[in-house]
Formats: sequence, C-alpha cells, structure tokens
Amino acid sequence: MTPTAPSTLGILRVTIAKDLRLEWRSKDAINSMLFFALLVVVIFSFSFDLTAEESRRIAGGLIWVALLFAAVMALNQTWARELRNQVLDAYRVSPAPPDALFLAKTMGNFIFVVILEALMTPLFVVFYSLRSLGPVSQLVAVSLLGAWALVANGTFFGAISMRTRSREVMMPLLLLPISIPALVAMVSATTTILTGEGSAHLPLVFLAVYDIVFTSVGFFLFETVLHAE
Amino acid sequence: MNYLYAAYGATWVIHIVYLVILTRGYAKLREEIKDLEKH
Amino acid sequence: MKSSFVIFALLIFALLSFGLYEGLVAAPTEQTMGDVQRIFYYHMPSAITAFLCFFVNFGASIAYLMKRRPAADALAVSAAEVGVVFTTVVLVTGPLWARPVWGIWWTWDARLTSTLVLWLIYVSYLILRRFSGNNPVLSAVLAIFGAADVIFVYMAIRWFRTQHPQPVIGGGEGSGIDPHMFQALLANFVAFAAFAAMVIFIRYRLERLRQQVEEAHAMRAISEPAERVSR
Repeated sequence: MTPTAPSTLGILRVTIAKDLRLEWRSKDAINSMLFFALLVVVIFSFSFDLTAEESRRIAGGLIWVALLFAAVMALNQTWARELRNQVLDAYRVSPAPPDALFLAKTMGNFIFVVILEALMTPLFVVFYSLRSLGPVSQLVAVSLLGAWALVANGTFFGAISMRTRSREVMMPLLLLPISIPALVAMVSATTTILTGEGSAHLPLVFLAVYDIVFTSVGFFLFETVLHAE
Repeated sequence: MNYLYAAYGATWVIHIVYLVILTRGYAKLREEIKDLEKH
Repeated sequence: MKSSFVIFALLIFALLSFGLYEGLVAAPTEQTMGDVQRIFYYHMPSAITAFLCFFVNFGASIAYLMKRRPAADALAVSAAEVGVVFTTVVLVTGPLWARPVWGIWWTWDARLTSTLVLWLIYVSYLILRRFSGNNPVLSAVLAIFGAADVIFVYMAIRWFRTQHPQPVIGGGEGSGIDPHMFQALLANFVAFAAFAAMVIFIRYRLERLRQQVEEAHAMRAISEPAERVSR
C-alpha cells in the first residue's frame, strides 16, 4: 500500500495537537511565560500612576504593548524548539503541503497567545481598576483579531529568522514595523470600546482585513521561505 | 533662514555620505578581485 | 569610468543645480511661512522619489521570486538602499521645517508618521539582508510583506490617529499651487528622480560585482581541496 500525501486538515490536526502536547509537557516554559506576562503587567503598572479615567484612555495601548512582548517571547520559544529538534528539515522533506504547516503552527501559537491574553487581561483589569464602558463582546473580538495579526506574522517571520544570525532578535525586528498598522487599529479599537466613545466598527473591520491579507500572503509564501537556500 | 540651509545642507550630506560608502565598497571589491587574480 | 556615464552624471548635476536655483531663488517666497517653506522643494520630491525606489524594490523582488535571476536581486537591494537614503532625507528635512513653522520638532501627522514607518520597514529589510547573508529569497519575501503593509500603514494612521494636527503643507496646496512653486517642485522632482536612478545604477553595478566575486570565492573553495590532494 503506497502512502498517500496527508490531507491539509489532517496535518492541521496533528501538528496543532503535537505543539499543544509539547507545550503541556514543557510546563516550565509555560510557567515562566506566564510569570513573565505577570511581570510585564506589574512593571507597566509601576511605570504609570493613573486615575480611573486616564486608565481607560491608556490601558488599550498598555495592554497591547505588554501582550506584544509576551507574544514575541512565546513565538521565539516555539520556533527555537523546532530548530533544536531539527524539525524544520523534516518539514522540508515531508510530502505535507507547507501552507498547511504554516496554518498549523500559526493556530498552535494563536491558542497559546490567546491563553496568555486571557490570563493577562484580568490582571490589567485589577491593577488599573478598569471597567469597560463599551460592549465587552467587541473587546473579545479585538483580542482575537489582534492576537491573530501578531501571531500570523510572528510565525511567518519566525520561520524567516531561522535562516539568520541572531534569530531571537530578528523575529521581533521584522515583526514590529510590519505590525504597526494592526497595532494602531488594535489600540484604537480597545480604547474606543473601553471609553465607550464612538464605535469600534472601523478598526475591527480594518483588523479583519489585515488578518486576511497577511495570512494569505504568508500562506502563499511559506513554501518559498521553507525552501529558501 | 538657518533652518532652510540646514535642511538643504543635511540633504546633501546624507547623499554624499551614501556615495562615499559606495565608493568604499568598490575599493574593497577591487582589492578582493586583485587578491583572487593573484592566486 | 565610461564617458557616457560621466556625461549623464554631469547632466544630473546640472539638473540638480537648476532645481536648487529654482527652490532657493526663483520660486516666490511663501506668505505665511516665509523662506523656510522652501524646504518643501527638497522634502516633497525626496518623498516621492523614495516611494518610486520602493516600488522598484517591490517589482524587482517579485521578478526575483519568479525567475530567480541574481540581477533582479541586485536591483532590489539597490533600490531599497537608495529608498532608505531618500526617506532619511525626508525624515530630516521634515522636522527642520516643522520646528520654525510650528514650534515642534516632530508632529505625528499622517505624512511624517507614515514616512517613519516606511523607513522602519525598509531598514528592517536591509538588516535582514545583512543577517541572512544576503539571502535573496528571504529578502524578496519580506519586500512583498513590506509593500503590502504600506497601504495599511497609510490607512491606519489616517483613520485611527486623529489626535494630531494635520499641518498644511506647502503654501497653496489647498487653494491650488502657485505655478512658479509648482515649477520649482517639478524641477527638483525630475532632478532627484534622475539622481536616484543614477545612484541605483551605481549600487546595482556594485552588487553585481559583489555577486561575481562571491561566486568566484565559492568556485575557488570547491577547486582548492582538489589542488592540495594532487600535489
């Protein structure tokens, strides 16, 4: 019986399961990440001494910067682990379609970052005495769309960075400039929702379009990157 | 006005610096080529 | 140096001198801002030229990914570097204009902010090249991401950063620009675009040379062990 090339869905399922299993097994990594996330929130709280009104205006920016740091660390971790185990080479020679691998890695990272978000947000709410004046459902939407923007690009640039010197620095160095439009939109949406002033509709749509465009570009070009000499 | 001359001056300083960098690049490559040809 | 190249260089020098004359002398003094406004004749053409450079980089990157010709990669890096140089000029002349006119060095208005992000994106491109051993495929891929991003940058800053004033640029922009001013603008744009093309060409030749030297080294490395063995 000749082995058939695995289906995209199959790849997705297996890879995500593998990543999550590995994360779970390396509890050390998760714990240190979480502690780091807590530290970031605390440091930011110390850096700014805010009134409740001020908090609502600024928290949007602070949360996303904090999450950005935490996400960058998380993303560096996942690719570093792949490299350690020479998984990247295995990917290259496997018959599995590379775009499926990209999606799978991104989804795995996404789940991880969303968990980080879920843990950091209550901390921020507590430390900044935040109370959202706008609909919380929209906050959830921003969280998800924003996280995906960072993770999709971060995963892709992580793959690029594998071929470079100083790869831990390279990934955020590439990620940050490209993510600026998404960051501006995320912060704008979050602030609008928290302060309840106006509708966050436009930045949410913008984020969705950004996500679709950049995920597609990454999807399309991942194979090229994987096989780059 | 000072700012005006500073702006025009800075523009040319920047361009000239880059051209100098390029010339140095050429010089270095010529050295390398001489080196290669010697062997 | 080839004589045709020298002739072109002299022509471009003449164009730039003409542009300088137009900007500093011929163009009428602006009413509200005074002579400082003349910075505009360097600031704006540099911005447009930078954009053209990045557009060339985008095209060359796509061409490389499709045909894998080293010449395309050489053009891509050349256009990116020259683009960064011109963007730097924009970022330096901008504040030098803003300070005397609006009292602050930096204004987070849409144009200047977008230019800053553009600079960041293409500097990161150059850093990737440096740290990946000039890997042409990775660079080309990043160039595509960068170019796609530019559109989003402009939209995001325009729509979502509304706290900052949008200073009126160039005396008569809203009301229709004075023809003499437009002439100075055009003269400098043509001059700088031609200058950019020339510098890109110089950089391109340098890169092609570097590519060939690198190849020569590689061939040398392959053949050398054999020589030692045969001794």
